[in-house]
Amino acid sequence: MTLLEGLTPVAPTGLFTVAWLMIAIPLLSAGLLLVLGKMTNSFGHYVATLAPIASFAIAAVLFADLLGRPEAQRTVDASLYTWVKTGSWTIDVGFLIDPLSILFALLITGVGSLIHVYSIGYMAHDPGRRRFFAYLNLFIAAMLTLVLADNYAVLFVGWEGVGLASYLLISFWQHKPTAATAGKKAFVVNRVGDLGLTMAIFTMLAMFGSSSFTAVNEGAQHLTPTWATLLGLLLLLGACGKSAQVPLQSWLLDAMEGPTPVSALIHAATMVTAGVYLVVRSHAVYAETPAASLAVAIVGTVTLLAGAWIGTSKDDIKKVLAGSTMSQIGYMMLAAGIGPVAYPFAIFHLLTHGFFKANMFLGAGSVMHGMHDDVNMRHYGALAKPMKITYYTFLMGYLAIIGTPFFSGFYSKDSIIEAAWEKQPVLGALALIAAGITAFYMTRLMIMTFWSRERWQEGVHPHESPAVMWVPLVLLAIPSVVAGMVMNSWIGGWLAPAVGGEVPEHASWVPTITPVGLVTLAVVIAGVAVSYLVFGRKAIPAEVPYTRNILTIAGRHDLYGDAFNEAVFMAPGQALTKAVVAIDEGVVDGAVRGSGTLTVGLGAGLRTLQNGYVRSYGLTMIVGVIIVGLALVIGRLV
Amino acid sequence: MTLVPLVTGAEVAYWICGPIMILAAVAMVLFRKAVYSALSLALVMVNLAIIYASQDASFLFVVQIIVYTGAVMMLFLFVVMLVGVDVSESLVEKIKGHTIASVLAGVGLFILLAVALGRGLVTGAVGVEAANAKFGGNVQGLAALLFGPYVLAFEATSALLITAAVGAMVLAHGERLSPKLDQKARAAARIEDFVTNGVHPGPRPNSGVYARHNAIASPALLPDGTVSEESVSAVLVRRSGLADADSLVAPAKAAFASLDAVQGDSEEDR
Amino acid sequence: MNPSYYVILAAILFTIGIVGFLVRKNALVVFMSVELMLNSCNLLFVTFSRVWGNLAGQAMSFFVMVVAAAEVVVGLSIIVMIYRARRSASVDNASLLKF
Repeated sequence: MTLLEGLTPVAPTGLFTVAWLMIAIPLLSAGLLLVLGKMTNSFGHYVATLAPIASFAIAAVLFADLLGRPEAQRTVDASLYTWVKTGSWTIDVGFLIDPLSILFALLITGVGSLIHVYSIGYMAHDPGRRRFFAYLNLFIAAMLTLVLADNYAVLFVGWEGVGLASYLLISFWQHKPTAATAGKKAFVVNRVGDLGLTMAIFTMLAMFGSSSFTAVNEGAQHLTPTWATLLGLLLLLGACGKSAQVPLQSWLLDAMEGPTPVSALIHAATMVTAGVYLVVRSHAVYAETPAASLAVAIVGTVTLLAGAWIGTSKDDIKKVLAGSTMSQIGYMMLAAGIGPVAYPFAIFHLLTHGFFKANMFLGAGSVMHGMHDDVNMRHYGALAKPMKITYYTFLMGYLAIIGTPFFSGFYSKDSIIEAAWEKQPVLGALALIAAGITAFYMTRLMIMTFWSRERWQEGVHPHESPAVMWVPLVLLAIPSVVAGMVMNSWIGGWLAPAVGGEVPEHASWVPTITPVGLVTLAVVIAGVAVSYLVFGRKAIPAEVPYTRNILTIAGRHDLYGDAFNEAVFMAPGQALTKAVVAIDEGVVDGAVRGSGTLTVGLGAGLRTLQNGYVRSYGLTMIVGVIIVGLALVIGRLV
Repeated sequence: MTLVPLVTGAEVAYWICGPIMILAAVAMVLFRKAVYSALSLALVMVNLAIIYASQDASFLFVVQIIVYTGAVMMLFLFVVMLVGVDVSESLVEKIKGHTIASVLAGVGLFILLAVALGRGLVTGAVGVEAANAKFGGNVQGLAALLFGPYVLAFEATSALLITAAVGAMVLAHGERLSPKLDQKARAAARIEDFVTNGVHPGPRPNSGVYARHNAIASPALLPDGTVSEESVSAVLVRRSGLADADSLVAPAKAAFASLDAVQGDSEEDR
Repeated sequence: MNPSYYVILAAILFTIGIVGFLVRKNALVVFMSVELMLNSCNLLFVTFSRVWGNLAGQAMSFFVMVVAAAEVVVGLSIIVMIYRARRSASVDNASLLKF
């Protein structure tokens, strides 16, 4: 079987033995910046930018090495040391470099490097720039730990590390109460998902006696369906938390309070896709449980629609993109839920999405940079002219996300829709509709931002960003366009051994004409057209217009996700807390205070015996002696 | 040693000394003056010594009289004298019902003691004659015990006695509250008084010396013939008042006057 | 002679000592009552020494006397102290230790 052959890791050689440097370099850089403090204020951001570039270089060399190897040799397990050895469990710290993880490493370090470069310009005047770069490096290190780990326990370390970095970066401007709250919200919601992942790891340790991918992949075949489903659902819960899938989606929109490079790196390209990685990595578990796979697909589809819906109603450019991110990750989850056939498509879309969404987020950052950090699209308009480079790079991202033929999103998204159509027609149809909605809201974004008439606030003079910011945009725009063509014919075969799929039939950069593909294209064109008809023909009001459209109102309120959380979790939780407090005060404290009062009263009564007269005490003593003596005498009589 | 048939010396001693002891003990409790109580207790103890003797405990008989009655009780008397022999305590009972309760408790205890001890009693007694004879006498027998099996306890009592003696000294020792004034300090204080208050620093004038009186109550006369009040102790002044200087001087003046008269006569005779 | 007579005598003396201890206010008389109780115990020791023909009772009685002597010394000095401080040897006057 290809599945087992591909997962038998070979020993590391050459550069693979120092693969840990990929993680160590950014970690060391983050540590230096944080420990040395103000000393590194002047040059820290350069050090921090070099760190992911160095990691990227290592990853690129390893990738080239893997490319040159035969398929069976492409899984390398570089075990470093034993972390925990307790009872029958041994948890090693080790890194698994295989076709799946190396693609992630390249995406993280590549896009990460570009975003670091971009941040040099974006954060140039921020007093906390050093801290920001330290956190970014910390994130890179944690994310690489997550994807390179060879077992779930080490993966969890990275999982929590990115959670921490995400928290620190969302609330980076912690002087803003909204940012601080958003960070806390992301942290708390992620805890719910982490609970699922930890439970899944415990289950694995209990069922397989190990948390390593190899052991889990082998052991999964012997699982009973119930346990497999449970394990699959627990992993799905973890993935939902990290990837902002329904029902744990609420934190992602608020996470946009963080600096825009953070949104691009963490909340678009890399961290939020960790859930997809987790599901794909656990393919052996899902292979045993159609129920959990279906749950993954359903969650993906629901999020796909919800994200798109939210995207249609928001005026905040970053929130539109955040909704879009949710939606696109929904595609990936859908693909991951469909089964082995679609795993490569999930990763494929993850990569292309990483490029074009990072591109668009950075583009949005560039727009904000020129618009005095205003995020309201109603204050934009006609920005294509003053910000040419930003406009064209953003346009590439736009064309990619809506699925324009020959752009990257076209290949990856159409593959998913087709696969879904084949396996789960209902979900496929919904995904198809969502493609239309995507086209609709992205066109709306383009119209409101770059086209239409200018609605700038007073004193705002849009201008192009400096080179340090637009060069990364250009470098991201290129893969946004070509990544699909380049990878379409290759990625299926490349990933097949790692994700347990079959090698698909030969695909090429020339798109295969299928009925579903044509319908998708038609739906996308319809979405663009409707958007143009609604928003393009008349002026965009600078104020939020009143609407009776229930769909729009719901979208503006994030589909009432927060209200749902408050009603279902917060309110009962608070009621429970109040009840517990009432019980504590009434019953527990009452008992404690009651016994205290009783003792005090008893003492107040007894203290009158303490009259200070020795003779009285003596009498008491004699009476005591008589009582004891009587007891003895009576006791002996009996 | 049968005095009367069926009556032994021990019985005689018991029936004579027992009632005396009980009476003396009750008296000790009832006497209002501590001295009488102490003497009553001494009487109890002497009688107890006799009972010891009647029970063949000759060493304890002697010790009871010499040590207990002679030393301990005399210490009591000594302290009674020290703290005021004439102090009699008030009869007002501050604790309500205390006396009655105490007597009831005493009676209850007595019944309990009688019952408890009575159950453990045997009618006959082995007698200590054999034990005494073993080492040649009561004193030798006790000595064999004290310096034999009980030698550690005996040594411990020595430590106890020393501790008690030291403790009594520490407790009864009166602490001086202010430093003792030496001659230098007194002189300095006197000069200080002179400087600040103008008090004469030298010794005060002696009492007056008259032809027929030189008692310390007689005031001295200043050169102008007035009385110096400083020359007589203030205590004496308060107790008996200053002696009248005029009356003290009067005899001398009378004598001078008569001398003058005689001299005048002889001159006239010449 | 039947030893129970001595036991009864000792019990009577002990009870008188107890009552004296309880009803008298003069610290010295209270102390004397304690001595009376000790003496009644000594009487028991001597009596039972004769009952069992064992001199250990008398030795114990001797120890009681020694301990009583030490106790009297310390106790009396405490009484003297109290008298110095309060000009009174009444146990009722030393009643500050109360609620």
